[in-house]
Amino acid sequence: MTLDGLLERHGGWLETGPDEGPVISSRVRLARNLYDTTFPGWASKEVRNRVWNEVVLAFDNVDNNTEFLRWRMDELKPLERELLFERHLISAELAERKSGSGLFVSEDECRAVMVNEEDHIRLQSLQPGLNLQNALEGAEALDNDLEKSLTYAFSSKLGYLTACPSNVGTGMRASVMLHLPGLCLTEEIKPVINAVSKIGLAVRGMWGEGSEAAGHMFQISNQITLGKTELEIISHLDQIVLEVIEHEKNARLRLMESQQIRVHDHIGRAYGILAHAAMMNSNEALDLLSGLRLGTDLGLMPEITRHDIDQLLIQIQPAHLQKAAGATLSPEERDVKRAQLIRKFLDGGVIGNDGNG
Amino acid sequence: MKCDLCDKEAVVHLTQVVNGEMKEVHLCEQHAKEQGIDIHSPISITDILMGLGESKQGIEHQLSPACPRCGMAREEFRKSGRLGCPDCYNTFMAELAVAIKAMHHSSQHVGKIPAREGLQTRIKSQIARLQKDLDAAIAREDYEKAAEIRDQISEARAQAEEQEGGAE
Repeated sequence: MTLDGLLERHGGWLETGPDEGPVISSRVRLARNLYDTTFPGWASKEVRNRVWNEVVLAFDNVDNNTEFLRWRMDELKPLERELLFERHLISAELAERKSGSGLFVSEDECRAVMVNEEDHIRLQSLQPGLNLQNALEGAEALDNDLEKSLTYAFSSKLGYLTACPSNVGTGMRASVMLHLPGLCLTEEIKPVINAVSKIGLAVRGMWGEGSEAAGHMFQISNQITLGKTELEIISHLDQIVLEVIEHEKNARLRLMESQQIRVHDHIGRAYGILAHAAMMNSNEALDLLSGLRLGTDLGLMPEITRHDIDQLLIQIQPAHLQKAAGATLSPEERDVKRAQLIRKFLDGGVIGNDGNG
Repeated sequence: MKCDLCDKEAVVHLTQVVNGEMKEVHLCEQHAKEQGIDIHSPISITDILMGLGESKQGIEHQLSPACPRCGMAREEFRKSGRLGCPDCYNTFMAELAVAIKAMHHSSQHVGKIPAREGLQTRIKSQIARLQKDLDAAIAREDYEKAAEIRDQISEARAQAEEQEGGAE
């Protein structure tokens, strides 16, 4: 399958999963490095290329049915790299790197391996909904497959050795993406972020930073990677995420009890603007679609599914819009295309008519 | 634990590598201050990575200026906080031990072990895990459990020594 083939579909991690609503997806990332080999940021071109070749061999030796697509960063156009970034398959850092850097990704996009990013190997496993356990199993299975061919840098004291000491030990970063409009609208998000930050977890906006996050989307992840087992880290994160979900649900209940008309107004206005605007920038679209997503969660928009909105959130990003248009677009042209795409989605109309309708 | 330089209670605990050997240093508040370590100032990881190594002139240590394996200079590492290669962990252990402890509140891996690692690593890791359980049991004053774990640890140690003997 080609990159275009990948783009015609949506990521498997956008399928329906357990306890969605506030939860979008769960991710587990493992950092691994090759034994006796300079880390990518300090390595020569030759070393980075050798690492790439070793990982290619390791994948060729994996004997299972999952097909992995592979690209070297230097064979992709800037727009293609940006597309992969917008689909959460590569980091901005990898997109910038050239020789020896590349990506392996399963067809359903649930598993991906970045080669020669900050570490030789950054392996990720994504699952829809709150499903860290499955995400971990997916990551470990692939890790087990790869280590049949690769010898990792490991110390019995410090665990997996990584380019940055903040990842040493398990090399694992587990994270959950959450949609928290209830806590944002009741202005309770700040204390929640502060409380979560105090217990060794990090909270980041998925788009934008902290409590100003666009689209009310947040990512909660572990900071500590050493001195705990992978399962301990995941159950701690899981437990805290469940508490945040509880707070979010309570905030939504209270909003609907005491300010129902305000909630209806918020969602109705979001729908109105999305359905009729002729130009829309990314941040506005994210915030309004967040309102719509809340509407579907509250059962106010029976004709729209959350799944469609989550897919739209991917498609309204700059590289996706330009890929669909088959041309490089100025920011203003993108705002027009974005508004068009959303209008058509809400009309239930067919995408592809480039008129003004 | 007592201060290494006097009889007062130690409040600062450092791990350093001196000539390739791990060495622990324990200091009371007064002596820590004399070594240039102010326990009351908030510690940032960058401060630890970049500053602390230089101010402890009173404590004997020899730091190599660069990693012999990959050539990363100590200055370069202090500036970026990134390591050049797996061997840098040995080269820069003096700075890293403190920083890692501050970041992770631990200095012992207990998670997954690569399948290619030998039995030695597995036993060592098992001992580390048991040690963690032992500390927890003592903390909750469950001495019966603690004794049980202690026996398991000695058993694992014996097994490790046997392995080591067999390997040579």
